Amino acid sequence: MNGNWRTWLLAALCIAVVLAAIYLPTLKRRMNRAAKTPAPTEEQARRELSPVPGSSHDPVVKARLYWASPENENALAAVTVSLALSSDPVLRAKQVLNTLLAGPVDSDLRTLPPDAALLAFYLLPDGTAVADFSEALATSTPSGIQSEQLAVDSIARTLEANVPQIRRLKVLIHGQELDTLAGHLDLTQMFVVNTKAAQPGALSFGLPARPPASATAGQETGH
Amino acid sequence: MLLAGAGLAGAWIARQAPDAGIISAFPTVARAQNPPSAAPTSPAAQARSGLNIVVLDPAHGGTDPGARGAQGIRESDLVLDLTFQVRRALEAQGYQVLQTRSGNEDPSFDDRSAMINAQRGAVFVTLHVSSMGLPGTARVYAMSDLPARVGGGLPSWDYAQAPYLPLSRKFGDAVQGQLAQRFKGSPGGVQTASVRQLRTVAAPAIAVEIASVSVQDRGDLDRMMPGVADAIARGVAAFRPSYVLAGEAGGQP
Repeated sequence: MNGNWRTWLLAALCIAVVLAAIYLPTLKRRMNRAAKTPAPTEEQARRELSPVPGSSHDPVVKARLYWASPENENALAAVTVSLALSSDPVLRAKQVLNTLLAGPVDSDLRTLPPDAALLAFYLLPDGTAVADFSEALATSTPSGIQSEQLAVDSIARTLEANVPQIRRLKVLIHGQELDTLAGHLDLTQMFVVNTKAAQPGALSFGLPARPPASATAGQETGH
Repeated sequence: MLLAGAGLAGAWIARQAPDAGIISAFPTVARAQNPPSAAPTSPAAQARSGLNIVVLDPAHGGTDPGARGAQGIRESDLVLDLTFQVRRALEAQGYQVLQTRSGNEDPSFDDRSAMINAQRGAVFVTLHVSSMGLPGTARVYAMSDLPARVGGGLPSWDYAQAPYLPLSRKFGDAVQGQLAQRFKGSPGGVQTASVRQLRTVAAPAIAVEIASVSVQDRGDLDRMMPGVADAIARGVAAFRPSYVLAGEAGGQP
Protein backbone atom coordinates (compact mmCIF):
# COMPACT_ATOMS: atom_id res chain seq x y z
CA MET A 1 0.00 0.00 0.00
CA ASN A 2 2.77 2.40 1.06
CA GLY A 3 4.74 1.51 -2.04
CA ASN A 4 1.76 2.32 -4.31
CA TRP A 5 1.24 5.70 -2.69
CA ARG A 6 4.88 6.64 -3.20
CA THR A 7 4.77 5.52 -6.82
CA TRP A 8 1.71 7.65 -7.60
CA LEU A 9 3.23 10.68 -5.87
CA LEU A 10 6.47 10.28 -7.78
CA ALA A 11 4.57 9.96 -11.03
CA ALA A 12 2.54 13.11 -10.29
CA LEU A 13 5.70 15.06 -9.48
CA CYS A 14 7.36 13.87 -12.68
CA ILE A 15 4.34 14.96 -14.73
CA ALA A 16 4.34 18.37 -13.00
CA VAL A 17 8.06 18.85 -13.72
CA VAL A 18 7.58 17.90 -17.38
CA LEU A 19 4.62 20.27 -17.77
CA ALA A 20 6.55 23.11 -16.09
CA ALA A 21 9.50 22.50 -18.37
CA ILE A 22 7.20 22.72 -21.39
CA TYR A 23 5.40 25.87 -20.16
CA LEU A 24 8.47 27.76 -18.87
CA PRO A 25 9.77 28.97 -22.27
CA THR A 26 6.25 30.17 -23.19
CA LEU A 27 5.97 32.08 -19.92
CA LYS A 28 9.38 33.63 -20.46
CA ARG A 29 8.40 34.75 -23.98
CA ARG A 30 5.21 36.36 -22.61
CA MET A 31 7.14 38.18 -19.88
CA ASN A 32 9.64 39.52 -22.39
CA ARG A 33 6.81 40.72 -24.64
CA ALA A 34 5.07 42.45 -21.71
CA ALA A 35 8.30 44.16 -20.67
CA LYS A 36 8.78 45.51 -24.19
CA THR A 37 5.21 46.86 -24.45
CA PRO A 38 5.22 50.51 -23.29
CA ALA A 39 2.64 51.63 -20.76
CA PRO A 40 -0.28 53.43 -22.41
CA THR A 41 0.47 57.12 -22.63
CA GLU A 42 -1.94 60.01 -22.21
CA GLU A 43 -1.74 60.52 -25.95
CA GLN A 44 -2.92 56.95 -26.51
CA ALA A 45 -5.73 57.50 -24.03
CA ARG A 46 -6.65 60.62 -25.94
CA ARG A 47 -6.70 58.71 -29.23
CA GLU A 48 -8.90 56.05 -27.72
CA LEU A 49 -11.33 58.51 -26.22
CA SER A 50 -11.22 61.39 -28.60
CA PRO A 51 -13.35 61.69 -30.43
CA VAL A 52 -15.92 59.38 -28.94
CA PRO A 53 -17.29 58.14 -32.22
CA GLY A 54 -20.74 59.42 -32.85
CA SER A 55 -22.75 56.43 -33.88
CA SER A 56 -24.52 56.71 -37.19
CA HIS A 57 -27.72 56.35 -35.16
CA ASP A 58 -26.91 59.43 -33.05
CA PRO A 59 -28.98 62.39 -34.16
CA VAL A 60 -27.19 65.57 -35.12
CA VAL A 61 -28.22 68.28 -32.70
CA LYS A 62 -27.23 71.83 -31.93
CA ALA A 63 -24.84 71.61 -29.00
CA ARG A 64 -23.82 74.66 -26.99
CA LEU A 65 -20.14 74.83 -26.07
CA TYR A 66 -18.57 77.47 -23.88
CA TRP A 67 -15.27 79.03 -24.89
CA ALA A 68 -13.82 82.47 -24.13
CA SER A 69 -15.82 85.38 -25.47
CA PRO A 70 -14.23 87.21 -28.42
CA GLU A 71 -15.46 90.47 -26.91
CA ASN A 72 -14.19 89.83 -23.41
CA GLU A 73 -11.49 87.31 -22.68
CA ASN A 74 -12.57 87.20 -19.04
CA ALA A 75 -16.02 85.89 -19.92
CA LEU A 76 -17.43 82.80 -21.59
CA ALA A 77 -19.54 82.79 -24.72
CA ALA A 78 -21.79 79.98 -25.90
CA VAL A 79 -21.04 78.74 -29.40
CA THR A 80 -23.64 76.57 -31.14
CA VAL A 81 -22.10 73.59 -32.94
CA SER A 82 -23.85 70.79 -34.87
CA LEU A 83 -22.76 67.49 -33.30
CA ALA A 84 -23.94 63.89 -33.44
CA LEU A 85 -24.73 63.32 -29.78
CA SER A 86 -25.67 60.08 -28.11
CA SER A 87 -28.76 59.89 -25.93
CA ASP A 88 -26.64 58.07 -23.33
CA PRO A 89 -25.56 60.79 -20.87
CA VAL A 90 -22.05 59.42 -20.33
CA LEU A 91 -21.29 59.10 -24.05
CA ARG A 92 -22.90 62.47 -24.65
CA ALA A 93 -20.77 64.10 -21.94
CA LYS A 94 -17.61 62.57 -23.44
CA GLN A 95 -18.59 63.82 -26.89
CA VAL A 96 -19.17 67.42 -25.80
CA LEU A 97 -16.10 67.53 -23.54
CA ASN A 98 -13.84 66.16 -26.26
CA THR A 99 -15.20 68.78 -28.65
CA LEU A 100 -14.61 71.43 -25.98
CA LEU A 101 -11.04 70.20 -25.52
CA ALA A 102 -10.47 70.23 -29.29
CA GLY A 103 -11.07 73.98 -29.06
CA PRO A 104 -12.87 76.61 -31.11
CA VAL A 105 -11.97 77.72 -34.63
CA ASP A 106 -10.11 80.69 -33.16
CA SER A 107 -7.53 79.02 -30.95
CA ASP A 108 -7.06 82.24 -28.96
CA LEU A 109 -10.48 81.59 -27.44
CA ARG A 110 -9.53 78.22 -25.95
CA THR A 111 -10.32 77.79 -22.28
CA LEU A 112 -8.52 74.45 -21.86
CA PRO A 113 -4.94 73.56 -22.79
CA PRO A 114 -4.55 71.89 -26.21
CA ASP A 115 -2.59 68.96 -24.76
CA ALA A 116 -5.19 68.13 -22.10
CA ALA A 117 -7.29 65.00 -22.59
CA LEU A 118 -10.35 63.47 -20.99
CA LEU A 119 -9.23 60.13 -19.56
CA ALA A 120 -12.50 58.91 -18.08
CA PHE A 121 -16.01 60.08 -17.31
CA TYR A 122 -18.48 58.58 -14.86
CA LEU A 123 -22.02 59.51 -13.92
CA LEU A 124 -23.58 58.34 -10.67
CA PRO A 125 -27.33 57.80 -10.32
CA ASP A 126 -27.70 60.93 -8.15
CA GLY A 127 -26.42 63.16 -10.95
CA THR A 128 -22.83 63.41 -9.68
CA ALA A 129 -20.41 63.39 -12.59
CA VAL A 130 -16.71 62.59 -12.26
CA ALA A 131 -14.48 63.84 -15.05
CA ASP A 132 -10.91 62.58 -15.02
CA PHE A 133 -8.53 64.68 -17.09
CA SER A 134 -4.89 64.13 -17.99
CA GLU A 135 -2.20 65.91 -16.01
CA ALA A 136 -1.86 68.55 -18.72
CA LEU A 137 -5.08 70.18 -17.52
CA ALA A 138 -3.30 71.05 -14.27
CA THR A 139 0.17 71.71 -15.62
CA SER A 140 -0.80 73.70 -18.74
CA THR A 141 -3.75 75.78 -17.54
CA PRO A 142 -2.35 79.28 -16.91
CA SER A 143 -1.97 79.80 -13.17
CA GLY A 144 -4.36 82.39 -11.76
CA ILE A 145 -7.80 82.71 -10.19
CA GLN A 146 -9.30 84.16 -13.34
CA SER A 147 -7.82 81.67 -15.81
CA GLU A 148 -8.53 78.63 -13.65
CA GLN A 149 -12.10 79.73 -12.97
CA LEU A 150 -12.65 80.25 -16.70
CA ALA A 151 -11.36 76.73 -17.44
CA VAL A 152 -13.62 74.99 -14.93
CA ASP A 153 -16.61 77.20 -15.77
CA SER A 154 -16.30 76.28 -19.45
CA ILE A 155 -16.48 72.57 -18.54
CA ALA A 156 -19.36 73.01 -16.10
CA ARG A 157 -21.42 75.28 -18.36
CA THR A 158 -20.91 73.02 -21.38
CA LEU A 159 -22.11 70.00 -19.41
CA GLU A 160 -25.04 72.00 -18.03
CA ALA A 161 -26.12 73.04 -21.52
CA ASN A 162 -25.92 69.58 -23.09
CA VAL A 163 -26.32 66.86 -20.46
CA PRO A 164 -29.28 67.72 -18.25
CA GLN A 165 -28.82 64.61 -16.08
CA ILE A 166 -25.65 66.07 -14.53
CA ARG A 167 -26.15 68.07 -11.36
CA ARG A 168 -22.67 68.39 -9.95
CA LEU A 169 -19.16 67.79 -11.15
CA LYS A 170 -16.00 66.47 -9.56
CA VAL A 171 -12.79 67.11 -11.46
CA LEU A 172 -9.95 64.61 -11.06
CA ILE A 173 -6.48 64.85 -12.52
CA HIS A 174 -5.07 61.51 -13.65
CA GLY A 175 -7.40 59.73 -11.25
CA GLN A 176 -6.36 61.83 -8.26
CA GLU A 177 -8.03 64.60 -6.30
CA LEU A 178 -5.80 67.67 -6.37
CA ASP A 179 -5.95 70.56 -3.91
CA THR A 180 -6.10 73.10 -6.72
CA LEU A 181 -6.18 73.18 -10.50
CA ALA A 182 -3.06 75.31 -10.98
CA GLY A 183 -2.46 76.84 -7.56
CA HIS A 184 -5.71 78.69 -6.95
CA LEU A 185 -9.04 77.07 -7.81
CA ASP A 186 -10.27 74.54 -5.26
CA LEU A 187 -10.61 71.05 -6.75
CA THR A 188 -11.41 69.32 -3.46
CA GLN A 189 -15.01 70.49 -3.81
CA MET A 190 -17.67 69.71 -6.35
CA PHE A 191 -19.00 72.25 -8.80
CA VAL A 192 -22.72 72.65 -9.13
CA VAL A 193 -23.50 72.11 -12.80
CA ASN A 194 -27.23 72.21 -13.17
CA THR A 195 -28.65 74.62 -10.65
CA LYS A 196 -32.21 74.07 -11.86
CA ALA A 197 -32.02 70.30 -11.46
CA ALA A 198 -30.14 70.42 -8.15
CA GLN A 199 -32.23 69.50 -5.16
CA PRO A 200 -32.89 72.31 -2.69
CA GLY A 201 -30.84 70.44 -0.11
CA ALA A 202 -27.91 69.84 -2.44
CA LEU A 203 -25.65 72.07 -0.40
CA SER A 204 -26.01 69.81 2.59
CA PHE A 205 -23.95 67.24 0.66
CA GLY A 206 -21.00 69.58 0.98
CA LEU A 207 -21.22 71.19 -2.40
CA PRO A 208 -20.42 74.82 -3.01
CA ALA A 209 -22.98 76.42 -5.26
CA ARG A 210 -22.03 77.89 -8.58
CA PRO A 211 -20.90 81.42 -7.93
CA PRO A 212 -23.85 83.68 -8.64
CA ALA A 213 -21.67 86.65 -9.49
CA SER A 214 -18.86 84.71 -11.10
CA ALA A 215 -16.60 86.51 -13.47
CA THR A 216 -17.62 84.12 -16.19
CA ALA A 217 -20.73 82.20 -15.43
CA GLY A 218 -23.94 83.53 -16.77
CA GLN A 219 -22.34 85.73 -19.39
CA GLU A 220 -23.08 84.28 -22.74
CA THR A 221 -23.66 85.38 -26.25
CA GLY A 222 -25.16 83.42 -29.09
CA HIS A 223 -23.16 82.61 -32.19
CA MET B 1 -10.12 69.12 10.74
CA LEU B 2 -11.49 71.48 13.33
CA LEU B 3 -10.71 75.00 14.32
CA ALA B 4 -9.05 73.64 17.42
CA GLY B 5 -6.04 73.17 15.15
CA ALA B 6 -5.70 76.91 15.01
CA GLY B 7 -4.02 76.79 18.40
CA LEU B 8 -0.90 75.64 16.59
CA ALA B 9 -0.85 78.96 14.83
CA GLY B 10 0.38 80.71 17.96
CA ALA B 11 3.52 78.61 17.99
CA TRP B 12 3.95 79.12 14.27
CA ILE B 13 3.68 82.87 14.62
CA ALA B 14 6.07 82.83 17.56
CA ARG B 15 8.64 81.02 15.42
CA GLN B 16 8.41 83.70 12.74
CA ALA B 17 8.42 86.77 14.94
CA PRO B 18 9.88 89.11 15.75
CA ASP B 19 13.22 88.47 14.01
CA ALA B 20 11.58 87.70 10.73
CA GLY B 21 9.77 91.00 11.02
CA ILE B 22 6.39 89.49 10.30
CA ILE B 23 4.45 90.96 13.16
CA SER B 24 4.29 94.67 13.61
CA ALA B 25 2.49 95.72 16.75
CA PHE B 26 1.45 99.33 16.87
CA PRO B 27 0.76 101.18 20.05
CA THR B 28 -2.80 102.21 20.59
CA VAL B 29 -1.65 105.81 20.77
CA ALA B 30 -0.31 105.63 17.25
CA ARG B 31 -3.64 104.31 16.04
CA ALA B 32 -5.51 107.04 17.77
CA GLN B 33 -3.26 109.68 16.27
CA ASN B 34 -3.60 108.23 12.78
CA PRO B 35 -7.19 107.27 12.26
CA PRO B 36 -8.13 105.94 8.84
CA SER B 37 -8.23 108.99 6.66
CA ALA B 38 -9.69 107.38 3.56
CA ALA B 39 -13.17 106.72 4.81
CA PRO B 40 -13.71 108.53 8.06
CA THR B 41 -16.19 106.82 10.32
CA SER B 42 -17.98 107.99 13.40
CA PRO B 43 -16.18 107.51 16.73
CA ALA B 44 -19.00 105.25 17.88
CA ALA B 45 -18.62 103.04 14.83
CA GLN B 46 -14.85 102.85 15.30
CA ALA B 47 -15.23 101.98 18.95
CA ARG B 48 -17.42 98.96 18.26
CA SER B 49 -15.60 97.76 15.13
CA GLY B 50 -13.67 94.53 15.59
CA LEU B 51 -11.19 95.21 12.83
CA ASN B 52 -7.72 95.92 14.17
CA ILE B 53 -5.52 93.38 12.42
CA VAL B 54 -4.94 92.75 8.73
CA VAL B 55 -3.28 89.50 7.69
CA LEU B 56 -1.60 89.83 4.30
CA ASP B 57 -0.89 86.68 2.34
CA PRO B 58 1.66 86.91 -0.47
CA ALA B 59 0.59 83.80 -2.39
CA HIS B 60 2.94 81.02 -3.51
CA GLY B 61 6.68 81.18 -2.67
CA GLY B 62 9.42 78.62 -2.21
CA THR B 63 9.34 76.06 -4.99
CA ASP B 64 5.97 77.39 -6.16
CA PRO B 65 6.52 80.51 -8.27
CA GLY B 66 2.85 80.88 -9.19
CA ALA B 67 2.15 82.50 -12.56
CA ARG B 68 5.22 83.05 -14.72
CA GLY B 69 5.60 85.55 -17.54
CA ALA B 70 7.66 85.26 -20.69
CA GLN B 71 10.03 87.91 -19.35
CA GLY B 72 10.90 85.83 -16.30
CA ILE B 73 8.38 87.62 -14.11
CA ARG B 74 7.32 85.42 -11.16
CA GLU B 75 4.08 85.92 -9.31
CA SER B 76 5.65 84.86 -6.00
CA ASP B 77 8.24 87.68 -6.18
CA LEU B 78 5.76 90.32 -7.29
CA VAL B 79 3.21 89.62 -4.59
CA LEU B 80 5.88 89.81 -1.91
CA ASP B 81 6.88 93.29 -3.09
CA LEU B 82 3.21 94.25 -3.27
CA THR B 83 2.64 92.94 0.25
CA PHE B 84 5.30 95.22 1.71
CA GLN B 85 3.67 98.22 0.02
CA VAL B 86 0.19 97.27 1.24
CA ARG B 87 1.62 96.77 4.70
CA ARG B 88 3.12 100.26 4.76
CA ALA B 89 -0.20 101.77 3.63
CA LEU B 90 -2.10 99.90 6.35
CA GLU B 91 0.42 100.65 9.07
CA ALA B 92 0.16 104.33 8.19
CA GLN B 93 -3.51 104.02 9.14
CA GLY B 94 -2.66 102.37 12.44
CA TYR B 95 -3.54 98.74 11.72
CA GLN B 96 -1.51 95.85 13.04
CA VAL B 97 -0.28 93.87 10.06
CA LEU B 98 0.76 90.21 9.94
CA GLN B 99 2.25 88.46 6.94
CA THR B 100 1.96 84.75 6.17
CA ARG B 101 5.44 84.91 4.69
CA SER B 102 8.12 87.58 4.49
CA GLY B 103 10.64 85.75 2.33
CA ASN B 104 10.76 82.97 -0.22
CA GLU B 105 8.94 80.38 1.90
CA ASP B 106 5.83 78.47 0.92
CA PRO B 107 3.57 77.83 3.92
CA SER B 108 0.72 75.43 3.23
CA PHE B 109 -2.80 76.72 2.68
CA ASP B 110 -3.72 75.53 6.16
CA ASP B 111 -0.68 77.16 7.79
CA ARG B 112 -1.65 80.45 6.21
CA SER B 113 -5.26 80.03 7.39
CA ALA B 114 -4.08 79.03 10.86
CA MET B 115 -2.29 82.36 11.23
CA ILE B 116 -5.47 84.40 10.85
CA ASN B 117 -7.76 81.88 12.53
CA ALA B 118 -5.77 82.40 15.73
CA GLN B 119 -6.57 86.14 15.65
CA ARG B 120 -9.62 88.03 16.78
CA GLY B 121 -10.79 91.08 14.90
CA ALA B 122 -8.75 90.42 11.79
CA VAL B 123 -9.35 90.41 8.06
CA PHE B 124 -7.44 88.41 5.45
CA VAL B 125 -6.16 89.59 2.06
CA THR B 126 -4.38 87.13 -0.24
CA LEU B 127 -2.45 88.81 -3.05
CA HIS B 128 -2.03 87.41 -6.57
CA VAL B 129 -0.91 88.33 -10.07
CA SER B 130 -2.83 86.70 -12.91
CA SER B 131 -1.60 85.00 -16.07
CA MET B 132 -4.20 86.70 -18.22
CA GLY B 133 -6.66 89.57 -18.26
CA LEU B 134 -6.46 93.19 -19.31
CA PRO B 135 -3.07 94.50 -18.14
CA GLY B 136 -3.35 97.29 -15.61
CA THR B 137 -6.60 96.04 -14.07
CA ALA B 138 -7.29 94.46 -10.70
CA ARG B 139 -9.97 92.07 -9.52
CA VAL B 140 -11.18 91.20 -6.05
CA TYR B 141 -12.61 87.76 -5.31
CA ALA B 142 -14.62 86.46 -2.39
CA MET B 143 -15.27 82.75 -1.88
CA SER B 144 -18.20 81.28 -3.76
CA ASP B 145 -21.04 79.70 -1.80
CA LEU B 146 -20.21 77.05 0.78
CA PRO B 147 -22.51 74.65 2.62
CA ALA B 148 -23.92 76.09 5.80
CA ARG B 149 -23.03 74.34 9.03
CA VAL B 150 -25.61 71.71 9.89
CA GLY B 151 -26.35 71.26 13.59
CA GLY B 152 -24.18 72.42 16.46
CA GLY B 153 -20.67 71.54 17.48
CA LEU B 154 -17.36 73.02 16.58
CA PRO B 155 -17.17 74.92 13.32
CA SER B 156 -15.64 72.96 10.47
CA TRP B 157 -12.12 73.92 9.47
CA ASP B 158 -12.81 72.90 5.88
CA TYR B 159 -15.72 75.33 5.61
CA ALA B 160 -14.47 77.96 8.06
CA GLN B 161 -15.27 80.72 5.58
CA ALA B 162 -18.97 79.79 5.30
CA PRO B 163 -20.35 82.07 8.06
CA TYR B 164 -18.22 84.99 6.85
CA LEU B 165 -19.32 84.98 3.20
CA PRO B 166 -21.62 88.04 3.45
CA LEU B 167 -18.93 90.07 5.25
CA SER B 168 -16.24 88.91 2.83
CA ARG B 169 -18.34 90.06 -0.11
CA LYS B 170 -18.97 93.40 1.54
CA PHE B 171 -15.24 93.74 2.23
CA GLY B 172 -14.51 92.76 -1.38
CA ASP B 173 -16.91 95.35 -2.73
CA ALA B 174 -15.24 98.04 -0.62
CA VAL B 175 -11.78 97.20 -1.97
CA GLN B 176 -12.93 96.59 -5.56
CA GLY B 177 -14.70 99.96 -5.57
CA GLN B 178 -11.43 101.67 -4.67
CA LEU B 179 -9.49 99.69 -7.29
CA ALA B 180 -12.04 100.48 -10.01
CA GLN B 181 -11.51 104.19 -9.40
CA ARG B 182 -7.77 103.86 -10.01
CA PHE B 183 -7.53 101.15 -12.65
CA LYS B 184 -9.79 101.60 -15.66
CA GLY B 185 -11.29 98.37 -16.94
CA SER B 186 -11.46 96.76 -13.51
CA PRO B 187 -14.87 95.44 -12.44
CA GLY B 188 -17.07 97.63 -10.29
CA GLY B 189 -17.86 94.93 -7.72
CA VAL B 190 -16.42 91.85 -6.11
CA GLN B 191 -16.38 88.55 -8.05
CA THR B 192 -16.85 85.12 -6.54
CA ALA B 193 -14.63 82.11 -7.18
CA SER B 194 -13.80 78.86 -5.44
CA VAL B 195 -10.41 80.03 -4.19
CA ARG B 196 -8.79 77.27 -2.12
CA GLN B 197 -6.97 79.64 0.24
CA LEU B 198 -10.14 81.48 1.24
CA ARG B 199 -12.18 78.38 2.13
CA THR B 200 -10.43 77.70 5.45
CA VAL B 201 -10.25 81.29 6.69
CA ALA B 202 -12.53 82.06 9.65
CA ALA B 203 -12.69 85.83 9.05
CA PRO B 204 -13.69 88.25 6.32
CA ALA B 205 -11.35 87.26 3.49
CA ILE B 206 -10.68 88.35 -0.07
CA ALA B 207 -8.23 87.63 -2.88
CA VAL B 208 -6.85 90.54 -4.89
CA GLU B 209 -5.45 89.63 -8.32
CA ILE B 210 -3.76 92.17 -10.55
CA ALA B 211 -3.17 91.65 -14.27
CA SER B 212 -0.81 90.30 -15.35
CA VAL B 213 2.54 88.52 -15.61
CA SER B 214 2.13 88.69 -19.40
CA VAL B 215 3.27 92.34 -19.52
CA GLN B 216 6.48 92.99 -21.44
CA ASP B 217 7.97 95.17 -18.74
CA ARG B 218 7.81 94.39 -15.04
CA GLY B 219 7.88 98.14 -14.45
CA ASP B 220 4.23 98.25 -15.58
CA LEU B 221 3.29 96.11 -12.58
CA ASP B 222 5.64 97.93 -10.21
CA ARG B 223 3.92 101.20 -11.13
CA MET B 224 0.54 99.67 -10.24
CA MET B 225 1.62 98.67 -6.75
CA PRO B 226 1.29 101.99 -4.87
CA GLY B 227 -2.23 102.46 -6.25
CA VAL B 228 -3.21 98.90 -5.35
CA ALA B 229 -1.77 99.32 -1.85
CA ASP B 230 -3.62 102.57 -1.31
CA ALA B 231 -6.88 101.11 -2.63
CA ILE B 232 -6.65 98.13 -0.29
CA ALA B 233 -5.92 100.35 2.70
CA ARG B 234 -8.86 102.61 1.86
CA GLY B 235 -11.08 99.58 1.28
CA VAL B 236 -10.17 98.21 4.70
CA ALA B 237 -10.99 101.57 6.26
CA ALA B 238 -14.32 101.73 4.43
CA PHE B 239 -15.21 98.21 5.54
CA ARG B 240 -14.12 98.68 9.16
CA PRO B 241 -17.44 99.93 10.57
CA SER B 242 -19.22 96.84 9.16
CA TYR B 243 -17.07 94.40 11.14
CA VAL B 244 -18.59 93.92 14.55
CA LEU B 245 -17.42 91.05 16.73
CA ALA B 246 -19.71 88.54 18.43
CA GLY B 247 -21.25 89.76 21.64
CA GLU B 248 -21.38 93.33 20.43
CA ALA B 249 -24.20 95.18 18.78
CA GLY B 250 -25.07 93.71 15.41
CA GLY B 251 -23.15 90.55 16.34
CA GLN B 252 -20.91 88.73 13.98
CA PRO B 253 -20.71 84.98 13.37
